[in-house]
Amino acid sequence: MRRVMVIDMKRCVGCEACVVACKTENRVPEGAYRDWVVQETRGELPALELLIRSQRCNHCTNAPCVANCPTGASFYRKDGTVQIDRDLCTGCRACMASCPYDARYVHPEGFVDKCTLCVHRLDKGKPTACEEVCPTSAILTGDLDDPSSLVTLRLKRGDVSVVNAEAGTKPNVFYVNGAG
Amino acid sequence: MALSRRRFLSLSAGTLAAAAATKLAFTGSALAAHPTIDPGTDGTVVSSICEVCFWKCGIEAHAKGAQLIKIRGNPRHPLSNGKLCPRGVGAVGLAYDPDRLVKPLLRVGPRGSDEFKAVSWDEALAFIAGKLDELRKKYGPETVALFNHGAGASWFKHLLSAYGTANFGAPSFAQCRGPRDVAFDLTFGAEPGSPEVLDIGSSDCLVLIGSHLGENMHNTQVQDFADAVARGADLIVVDPRFSTAASKAKTWLPIRPGTDTALLLAWIHVIVGEQRYNRAYVEKYTTGFEELQKAVVAYTPEWASAETGLDATMIRNTARRIAGAAPASLVHPGRHASWYGADDTHRSRAIAILNALLGSWGHRGGFFRPSGMKLAKVPTPAYPKPKPPADRVDGEAPFALEPLAQGLRRATIDGKPYPIKGWFVYGTNLIQALPQREETLKAIQALELLVVVDVLPAEIAGYADVVLPEASYLERFDDLVPIAWRRSGVALRQPVIQPPGEAKAGWWIARELGKRLGLEAYFPWTDAESYLRERCKLSGLDYEALARDGVILAPEKPTVVEDGLALSFATESGKIELYSEKLKKAGFDALPVYKRPDAVPAGYFRLLYGRAPGHTFGRTTNNRLLGELNHHDRVWINAKVAKDMGLADGAVVRLINQDGIKSAPLQIKATERIRGDCVFMVHGWGHTAKGLRYANGRGADDSELVTRVNVDPVMGGTGMRVNFVALQREA
Repeated sequence: MRRVMVIDMKRCVGCEACVVACKTENRVPEGAYRDWVVQETRGELPALELLIRSQRCNHCTNAPCVANCPTGASFYRKDGTVQIDRDLCTGCRACMASCPYDARYVHPEGFVDKCTLCVHRLDKGKPTACEEVCPTSAILTGDLDDPSSLVTLRLKRGDVSVVNAEAGTKPNVFYVNGAG
Repeated sequence: MALSRRRFLSLSAGTLAAAAATKLAFTGSALAAHPTIDPGTDGTVVSSICEVCFWKCGIEAHAKGAQLIKIRGNPRHPLSNGKLCPRGVGAVGLAYDPDRLVKPLLRVGPRGSDEFKAVSWDEALAFIAGKLDELRKKYGPETVALFNHGAGASWFKHLLSAYGTANFGAPSFAQCRGPRDVAFDLTFGAEPGSPEVLDIGSSDCLVLIGSHLGENMHNTQVQDFADAVARGADLIVVDPRFSTAASKAKTWLPIRPGTDTALLLAWIHVIVGEQRYNRAYVEKYTTGFEELQKAVVAYTPEWASAETGLDATMIRNTARRIAGAAPASLVHPGRHASWYGADDTHRSRAIAILNALLGSWGHRGGFFRPSGMKLAKVPTPAYPKPKPPADRVDGEAPFALEPLAQGLRRATIDGKPYPIKGWFVYGTNLIQALPQREETLKAIQALELLVVVDVLPAEIAGYADVVLPEASYLERFDDLVPIAWRRSGVALRQPVIQPPGEAKAGWWIARELGKRLGLEAYFPWTDAESYLRERCKLSGLDYEALARDGVILAPEKPTVVEDGLALSFATESGKIELYSEKLKKAGFDALPVYKRPDAVPAGYFRLLYGRAPGHTFGRTTNNRLLGELNHHDRVWINAKVAKDMGLADGAVVRLINQDGIKSAPLQIKATERIRGDCVFMVHGWGHTAKGLRYANGRGADDSELVTRVNVDPVMGGTGMRVNFVALQREA
């Protein structure tokens, strides 16, 4: 199983419902976020382009946070997601320094925290909190090892990008329809 | 947290092949047994209705014991379909706002001093009932006006109707939807409604005129919009600002503000002149086509180009695209339509006429026609016959569908046609909701009683004689809410948690006041739940099912012609009135006329305002959970103009309007996404109420700068985009 997320940039309006849903689903402390929205304007009036991306931990296949964690607290789950074992985390922040996406924060209780891809929900057959609430249905999770899954079918259609590919971490959050 | 770094990450192309080629590299720790963290936020689910805005989505609120944990969309409710906007999700921050009103307050200082003492409910209610009784004897019951917003107002409308007044003014009419509703009523004999009955998801062409879907997060409409965009519908967005919706469009028309009617008339000119209208539909259902045809001859794209600043060829081409998709071609009626006053009903009429020419009304991908759901009433004595509302004198604004809020304010000041001495203000912060603040303050000082019922101490509460703390929509029952949608039905609001402190539900407050005013016969029930059970019984609805599911759906009925709907029009002619005899008889232009807006004075910008997805007016800006999002509290200004003025993005300025009113300091958003002749603010910031400890001092208040209005003579709407501001750098 390889769990991935596919985000449709054409559908997304950047409303940040995903951010608030995540915060209330995962008891994310005040001032911290596991997902966030980036809006990027390109061009000059009137030839403009607006790119809107709901971002989060990319659950990289080649995750520097896992490689750089001295205690083994950051790990790959069997479903391919990157997780943090709070009991093993010492809060040293080596993972945070190595993450090219700035996806992690220190929880007030001392451990480092980030998006879990809501595996506590996916394991029960429910969508992630952000996917469930998204008014534009821009967020989709699924198993890329399953050739018939919606994520596999969607990624096959092309117009796929990832954030910061040059970092070489092989992200598993994919953006589609970014070309308009 | 280094949010700035997050914002600078750019997107780069990758391929599925590259991603898929990599095998997972498990580290040793992957094999160890790591616990899966469950935050434990699934709780007991209560199905209810949101009230952060007026859309009234179905929600599922999760509670653990007495604690509200999270809020999600109700999958059974046709307006949410299991989805919810950030405001609805973030309402946990409203429930637990530390600034909530929790005790009845009685004014001790002079009116407006914002000095109160906490009193018991009994004392507060006795005081209000005593005053209401005194006012009734002194001036007659019509001397009391109600200003309201939201579903919870029904209890107070009931109470005050029983008391004997019809002076109910909602700023949502004359300061918002009014011109649109009147124009559609005149043309089709029906209004677009709330929620608007738009079949956007099936539209092949969608035109948005200043309607910034996605920034105004009307849940179902945004769901449908995303579906239309994903399907590749032809989207044409007319907006001086490169809105989120504009960024999804095939064509963005960056129009000169205030010239929309010229564009609409030119589109009609092309569609009529090139015979691209839906001929069968027009012949069957409309009257006045010949008059329209004659009237639009002069409105060439070249003429409109000079007015709008848009390219004539582009105007012609977009007209052809709009017509080409008919009848699944929808020119969105908008919602907030009180823009320029004199022009507003005409502009909305032009939109209505354009839709009639396309045949979109009643067709898939256009305006659907919901059948609604019949609900019985719990019998109460007939209301006493009230005097006509005081908002209008001498036949002004003859087509108003509701009393004008600013008209009731005017009557409060000048006492014509009779004195207004008492105000009930429910769920609306009149200080920010009405333009021309000086007038509002003058009226307030002329009152003998001002009661504010609300959940948070917004500015208006500071002027009250009595402030009554209401249970929020998450803590109370309200009356049944009918759903008029593709699938109609009825929904229930019910409490999820207990209200904080001594806050009480609106139904309880109204009933207690009724008892003290000798109006107990109008409240023949002990509590809202028994009232609701009775109403459901009389309506043939299963209350238990409604309470469990939050919604009961009516049987499916056709809502478009394609499914068997027979079209009818509740106009005098029984047809769609392109040419309006009614307007003509009342002395107005029977066909839309363009009125050029005043030019922007040198050194000034036209002040435009609108929405951000995380906020509803000023009522969400104190929500700390939403406050953590992108603030949207900057003033947008064209990047090149800002540069010429020596202002960098983020520079702090004050806005000074044409009458010398100066805003609080705020940051600029220097962006290519707006024309150079206007600036844009999100409405609802810049609170000064001391009790709003989070919102106070954040951003600036656009409504304070609206010292001028242009009143629509047809229906009394206050056009508010007629104000100009200069930018002054803050030292």
